[in-house]
Amino acid sequence: MTALPFPRRTPRTSGRADPTAARRTADAAAGLPGTAGAPAAPGRARAWWRAPQAGRANAVHAGAWWVWALGLATAASRTTNMLLLALVVAVAGYVVAARRTDAPWARSYGAFLRLGLAVLVIRLVFAVLLGSPIPGTHVVVTLPQVPLPHWAQGVRIGGRVTAEGLVFALRDGMKLATLLVCVGAANALANPARLLKSLPGALYEAGVAVVVAMTFAPHLVADVARLRAARRLRGREDRGVRALLQVGLPVLEGALERSVALAAAMDARGYGRTAAVPAGVRRATAALTLGGLLGVCAGTYALLSASGGRYGLPVLLIGLAAAMAGLRLGGRRSVRTRYRPDRWGARAWLVAGSGAAVAALMIAATGYDPAALDPPAFPLTAPTLPLWPAASLLLGLLPAFVAPAPAVGRAPAKEDVR
Amino acid sequence: MIRFEDVSVTYEGAAEPAVRGVGLDIPEGELCLVVGPSGVGKSTLLGAVSGLVPHFTGGLLRGRVTVAGRDTRTHRPRELADVVGTVGQDPLSHFVTDTVEDELAYGMESLGVPPETMRRRVEETLDLLGLTELRDRPTASLSGGQQQRVAIGSVLTVHPRVLVLDEPTSALDPGAAEEVLAVLQRLVHDLGTTVLMAEHRLERVVQYADQVVLMAAPGVPPVTGTPAEMMAVSPVHPPVVGLGRLAGWSPLPLSVRDARRRAGALRERLAACAPPPPAAAPDPEPLVRAQRLVVRRGRAEVLRGVDLTVRAGETVALMGRNGAGKSTLLSTLVGLHNPSGGTVETGGAVPHRTRPAELVRRVGLVPQEPRDLLYADTVTAECAAADGDAGAAPGTCRALVAGLLPGVPDDAHPRDLSEGQRLALALAVVLTARPPVLLLDEPTRGLDYAAKSRLVTQLRELAADGHAIVLATHDVELAAELAHRVVILADGEVVADGPATEVVVSSPAFAPQVAKILAPAPWLTVSQVAKALEPAS
Repeated sequence: MTALPFPRRTPRTSGRADPTAARRTADAAAGLPGTAGAPAAPGRARAWWRAPQAGRANAVHAGAWWVWALGLATAASRTTNMLLLALVVAVAGYVVAARRTDAPWARSYGAFLRLGLAVLVIRLVFAVLLGSPIPGTHVVVTLPQVPLPHWAQGVRIGGRVTAEGLVFALRDGMKLATLLVCVGAANALANPARLLKSLPGALYEAGVAVVVAMTFAPHLVADVARLRAARRLRGREDRGVRALLQVGLPVLEGALERSVALAAAMDARGYGRTAAVPAGVRRATAALTLGGLLGVCAGTYALLSASGGRYGLPVLLIGLAAAMAGLRLGGRRSVRTRYRPDRWGARAWLVAGSGAAVAALMIAATGYDPAALDPPAFPLTAPTLPLWPAASLLLGLLPAFVAPAPAVGRAPAKEDVR
Repeated sequence: MIRFEDVSVTYEGAAEPAVRGVGLDIPEGELCLVVGPSGVGKSTLLGAVSGLVPHFTGGLLRGRVTVAGRDTRTHRPRELADVVGTVGQDPLSHFVTDTVEDELAYGMESLGVPPETMRRRVEETLDLLGLTELRDRPTASLSGGQQQRVAIGSVLTVHPRVLVLDEPTSALDPGAAEEVLAVLQRLVHDLGTTVLMAEHRLERVVQYADQVVLMAAPGVPPVTGTPAEMMAVSPVHPPVVGLGRLAGWSPLPLSVRDARRRAGALRERLAACAPPPPAAAPDPEPLVRAQRLVVRRGRAEVLRGVDLTVRAGETVALMGRNGAGKSTLLSTLVGLHNPSGGTVETGGAVPHRTRPAELVRRVGLVPQEPRDLLYADTVTAECAAADGDAGAAPGTCRALVAGLLPGVPDDAHPRDLSEGQRLALALAVVLTARPPVLLLDEPTRGLDYAAKSRLVTQLRELAADGHAIVLATHDVELAAELAHRVVILADGEVVADGPATEVVVSSPAFAPQVAKILAPAPWLTVSQVAKALEPAS
């Protein structure tokens, strides 16, 4: 465990690399927004209230972003008011726009937006084709109805399409889409690999498998692009479904070969080394984990079902505690340590807290203003924006101001990739 | 440190052992180079050290391999991870995490190194390998040389006592290769790390080796000796050794410096001979013409105002460091990228506006990974498909393969061919449509000297037939053998364009070994010198 006896090329005072510090100072001197607050050029008043420039050292804990996003999602799940749902999407979108980096995982936000849109469209198409249980008086169009045998009673294909039914489907689809957008926001703002770093040691190996699977997706996309280019070199068309299908097999072959090579590399780098653990501890681990999970299942069921509301929560908590203890014990088998895990600092508390507050206030709002949160689809009314719930949603914007800001004007980290 | 006792490895389903009768003893702190033509089992030998052979690959290992006293029979690769660091041929398939810093830490995390030690070692390794600027970058966005350095760094952080490297410099430009080798030398000298590596590009590494393990032919037990002894008998050798053998120097020089000291007499003898004639002026008809070409990828300008003209019968070598835009230029010439400025014309057509079926008759590109071109599951099927794509008479492609490289089996899967065979097949597939312009991207990667000299002969014949050939390459020896003209790209711009002799002799990075030894006289290759000396002797 000796240090490498080489002179450092660059003297360093803190953990961060010097070039970044230099850039920070340069940016601050240039008066770029969002970069001040870091050590500013001498002679300049530093704006302490502004967020510092994001780097690995001050990154907000990935878990905090997920708490924030799940808070927004919880809030969205409590309402069918289209204006409130749109507000949730806007809040999530603003924070993403303000705080995401140009890392590969951050680019997935667009995909989630499109996915949400697709869900919305599919929900509407189903409502048009299969009809809606909502009674309605405003007929938009009447489709020819497909006659079905009597055993298919209750199923309808075609027929009347009412405005009420459409609005109901739209609200429903919007709710789902909003949940997806919230998950997408968390995914874009927090490196999923870092989140897995915070998993308990016992789950580490499963976590690595997930990380590897996630890094494979971009590789597959790159392979498809490369092989489609190669088709062009063979004089075949590189566009169209057929071209995509024909490169499918070579791409899968390549992916398989790469996974074998990666597995070899991981094995040679010590993946899966385990420490010797006494048999008693192993048995205790298994018992605690299994028992705990059973408890969690039973407790959740009791909480959700109408009858066992009283003993549901204690069972859930006991189960959770047992499962945690099991995981903790299981971690003893793993010898691994963690390199620079994200710290849960004040900014992480603020980010997570804003999400939790949004969720809590929205749940409270279902108590005092249920009609505004869940306006009836029948009869048809224009949704109104309830003041207090809307204001509480705006709390979710807090991360856009407190989380460290990504560097401005950073050149895209893309080179001649081979 | 590493000991092989009468080791032979037989893979499942193979009739013959891949390696046989290996007895080796590599002491601590040596840089040991494994040398031999492709297919003799160099990778198998390296894999046996890290325990991947046979624990991971399957097969049967007879004999005993011990590393730092641990028998690979009883220790799986993961249990050797703290003594052996392995870097394979493709650094990208080595990466487990997604950013440079995490990648450097990954091995230590698996071994349970305390966090403070990890942090310190990561910082030291970043400095040692010059990766500080890249610490937060995603690994997929790095250039080839950067990836190779990260891969080496990722095993160095564990402080292994043995480092096993399979072709560490093949994909690198000369500058990046020297950086990597300098790092390896520091490890050997300062830390006493034992390094075992296989490399085809001997001209880059042989002078650093303390010991050479020569695997002369498949099934023949390897021989160990000092580099000079082994090079005297090796079937594969760098040009400096070729020149030394030609001039009858003993002991053989291994580095340009040694050779220069001895070359006084040879230089005088050669002064009497006529220097090699400059390449004959090729046909004036330009087949490739790019003017003020600008290509952007995303927001980055990969090519900036590039001018390039290639005439029929001319061979042009494109050189420059990794990421300088060589591959992008070739891709643009076959219409894979749309230029955002300037004009480009290849074989009389504007490539990005021509249908692929038409374009293959005008220009052909053999990509860096020739396998990308091959889809079918046998050589015969591949050739039939190529005939169909090009609208050529059935059998054209098969005849071309046979002409380029006899003995390619008909029913083999393209994946199972050797690198040289696969390249010949891809080249034949491209040539089936008879394009007058032929582009090759890094054709000698993974080729041994025999396969390389066959490629040189083939390409010379094609140029003599009136093909215009452009090669993007890091291999200065190949450029010296083949090119009439050398174009050097840096940062997307042409920084040098002229006859091979002039450009190459004046550049320390891109000069071949013979030019360095015999400078300032414009000799580039051993064969030129041999030809000049023939009538005299």
